[in-house]
Amino acid sequence: MPQQVPRLAVLFAVLVVGFVVARESLVPDTFGDVGHYRAAAVTSIAAREKSYAGHRECADCHDEIAEQRLASHHSGVACEVCHGPGAAHSEYPDEVELPAPRERGFCPLCHRYDPSRPTGFPQIEPVAHNPLEPCMSCHDPHAPEPPEVPEECGACHGQISRLKTVSHHVTLDCTTCHATEEQHKITPRLVRPGKPVDRGFCGTCHDEDADSQADIPRIDLATHGEDYQCWQCHYPHYPETG
Amino acid sequence: MQGYIYPNEFELHWGLLVVLYPYITGLVAGAFILASLERVFNVKEVQPTYRLALLTALAFLLVAPLPLLAHLGHPLRSYEIFLTPNRKSAMAMFGFVYAWYLTVVLLLEIWFEYRKDLVLWARSERGPKKWLHYALTLGATDLSEEALRFDDNAGRWITIIGIPSAFLLHGYVGFIFGSVKANPWWSSVLMPVVFLFSAIVSGIALVLFIYVAASLFRSKPVDMRCADKLAAFLFYAMIVDFSLEMLDFIHRLYESEESIEILSQLIQGPLFISLIVLQVVLGTLVPLIALGVVSPALSDRGVSRTPAELRRLIYLACATLVQIGIFSIRWNVVLGGQLFSKSLRGLTVYKPLLFGTEGLLMASVLLFLPLVILWLLVKVLPPWLDAEATE
Amino acid sequence: MAGPADRVEACLQPTDEVLAGARPSDEVKAGVRPPGEREVDRREFLEQALKAGLGVPILLGVIRIQDLVAGDAGQEGYEPGEHYYGMGVDVGRCIGCGMCAQACKTENDVPLEPHYFNTWIERYVIQTDGAVVVDSPNGGMDGFPGAQSEGEIQRTFFVPKLCNHCEDAPCVQVCPVGATFTTEDGVVLVDEEYCIGCSYCIQACPYGARWFHPEKHVAAKCTFCYHRLVEGLVPACVEVCPTGARVFGEVEHRATPLARFMRLNEIQVLKPHLNTKPRVYYANLDGEVR
Repeated sequence: MPQQVPRLAVLFAVLVVGFVVARESLVPDTFGDVGHYRAAAVTSIAAREKSYAGHRECADCHDEIAEQRLASHHSGVACEVCHGPGAAHSEYPDEVELPAPRERGFCPLCHRYDPSRPTGFPQIEPVAHNPLEPCMSCHDPHAPEPPEVPEECGACHGQISRLKTVSHHVTLDCTTCHATEEQHKITPRLVRPGKPVDRGFCGTCHDEDADSQADIPRIDLATHGEDYQCWQCHYPHYPETG
Repeated sequence: MQGYIYPNEFELHWGLLVVLYPYITGLVAGAFILASLERVFNVKEVQPTYRLALLTALAFLLVAPLPLLAHLGHPLRSYEIFLTPNRKSAMAMFGFVYAWYLTVVLLLEIWFEYRKDLVLWARSERGPKKWLHYALTLGATDLSEEALRFDDNAGRWITIIGIPSAFLLHGYVGFIFGSVKANPWWSSVLMPVVFLFSAIVSGIALVLFIYVAASLFRSKPVDMRCADKLAAFLFYAMIVDFSLEMLDFIHRLYESEESIEILSQLIQGPLFISLIVLQVVLGTLVPLIALGVVSPALSDRGVSRTPAELRRLIYLACATLVQIGIFSIRWNVVLGGQLFSKSLRGLTVYKPLLFGTEGLLMASVLLFLPLVILWLLVKVLPPWLDAEATE
Repeated sequence: MAGPADRVEACLQPTDEVLAGARPSDEVKAGVRPPGEREVDRREFLEQALKAGLGVPILLGVIRIQDLVAGDAGQEGYEPGEHYYGMGVDVGRCIGCGMCAQACKTENDVPLEPHYFNTWIERYVIQTDGAVVVDSPNGGMDGFPGAQSEGEIQRTFFVPKLCNHCEDAPCVQVCPVGATFTTEDGVVLVDEEYCIGCSYCIQACPYGARWFHPEKHVAAKCTFCYHRLVEGLVPACVEVCPTGARVFGEVEHRATPLARFMRLNEIQVLKPHLNTKPRVYYANLDGEVR
């Protein structure tokens, strides 16, 4: 055997043995217990402190408010949405107090009008809606009800009503096209507003022979748009000009 | 910044140091593949650069992991990659590919190549140098004909293993990027192949540069047959490399997937200088034309005959431009892939820092370091033909 | 304009659907058992008890005592193998209030600087000229000022984003050392004592859900509030979502809020072509969302 072979063999053996020994002693204890990771990491992540106690914990002491809230429009709004993280308060109720936001700036975080919000979500324009009055003077946050049933559909359908104000249909009331029972304002999903059912409805203003203002655009209802319904092409809340 | 980027994309995570890593390993793989040419395919002309190419590869390989280490959040935990490598991870194999290439390929090949000289140097020298050279022989001082033949055979076999290993080393780096499906700029099956050929280009250019420059520096004549051959190889490798890159480009353009819009904004915006100007025009087209004209790549004496002195300078200039071009490739891949949002809706910017572990200063130190190591290696293991020991 | 009219009133009413989103499910709670105890064991026991002719009241008593033993059960009694979590996001209900993003930072000790988010909210405005404008100022934590005028808007909505806890998570695949992993109960976590900080996982995540912790120098991400799950609570973002846009539960059990969510909605996931198999399921998702 050439002299080189045993010399190199010894050198490589030392390297390999060194690697194996180091590996044995350095791999963390719980590594590979469950998967290709340190099982102890899961335990330490699971042991992190929580800041939010969860609304069930709140209900243990504040049961009356919890019950009131659960029966209201805010039933889905957990306590800590407004009062902030409460784990510390839950552990030391006397030492740690939670804030109760009363200023006007808070409620609009959710209820300020924003076109990107889903229409139907109650929204107001803070500048115009009872300026300077704290929200709580009219609305109880644990059981929010409008002091009177809103007159304007825009209270919930803000985006549509705003769009309508910049459209040619600005002068039309919502109820011109949507026959709506009062009950819709109280249980909106159970009692739905009505909608026009045929072309004839739009024709009452837009047909050639319609008895309406002279500057309203006219079409021949018999030939225009074939057998489509009007709203399959035109958006009635913002009808195009061209 | 323009358009929309995900909030977490505000910070770029792979900076200048991660650009250095593929650049340096590319030089290693390229230099080694060049050395292998002489050994396996018996290209006699480039023999003067054989040992130089090996030492260059070693010097750069020793530095290659440093930028990676420096960029880690926890460099001291890097050993974990050996302890618990995740077999599904492209990056986990880094340690093993590196260790394999360093110990089994490069060090062994250099050892077998130099053993005879080490023994002879150790016999004729005095003082610490004698002991250093003796230690490096590992005590294997047998210079019988049989032993020397074994050296030669072993070296040959290691080279044969070494070529696919060099392909692996750098193709693998390409795979680390090419396999990231979340990133349309990186995700390409051609990435490892493009990396490989650009590595060969950069390695040949580096050895050409060091050989010509060192000869001038040492006031020794440049073997123009060798330099010409290197230049011709450089030309061929660049043709393949550039074709592959164009193929990748045309393929993307033709497929026009959803990312095409943001990628074309990327090329016309933040990458214009580094991609179009530096990589394509200065780093590829100019040297390609120059080499095509003066080197013997296209006709035996060059398309246009030039005096050796001028040719040397042109080669030096081309090698420098190619290095700039290849560095730009690495920059464009690594940073380019992070300059657009994965929402495909916006671009962000990279501002290199001057100081700090990820800064320009650090990067220049890491680029300069291999040259220092090479200088030391050349002191200990002179690669020049005239330094080879005779009995 | 803003989508189907149906999604509208959902937000108004105190329906069970809304509740379901913000309530930790009974299922989650019931799943908290002492280690070693299996559902099958209990069923066998009950069958035997029935065969033995025990009276109904006693039987109920047994169950109640058992539940008490399992009880409020911290993580000691938590059996990860019995859970498999997922989240539902109803884009049609998100009002962009930013409570989720705020609560997440508080609950998980995320740096307050604007570029680190486990969860954030994007606003999409698709204009009448077809241009798509997306933004997420400070992750939506401070709300969304500067709305466009209605006339230019074709449709607009908010989209909550977070880690998708993918079944085939690219981040887990690429981690070289096994510092990020999927737990038995289907949550993708980072071991911050083992992470080497190479950032490869951040590059591999198609959703931009990972970030690099500026002080700990490791990758960080949403944990589905794992420390809350083991206590039978829902993640903080789900707890504070006022409209039920976020629903949490078990992917494979039938009676959980998530199962109901997936039964009643058409479900999409983000970037399905990448085949990461996300476990965050979106309802009413627009095609422009990436």
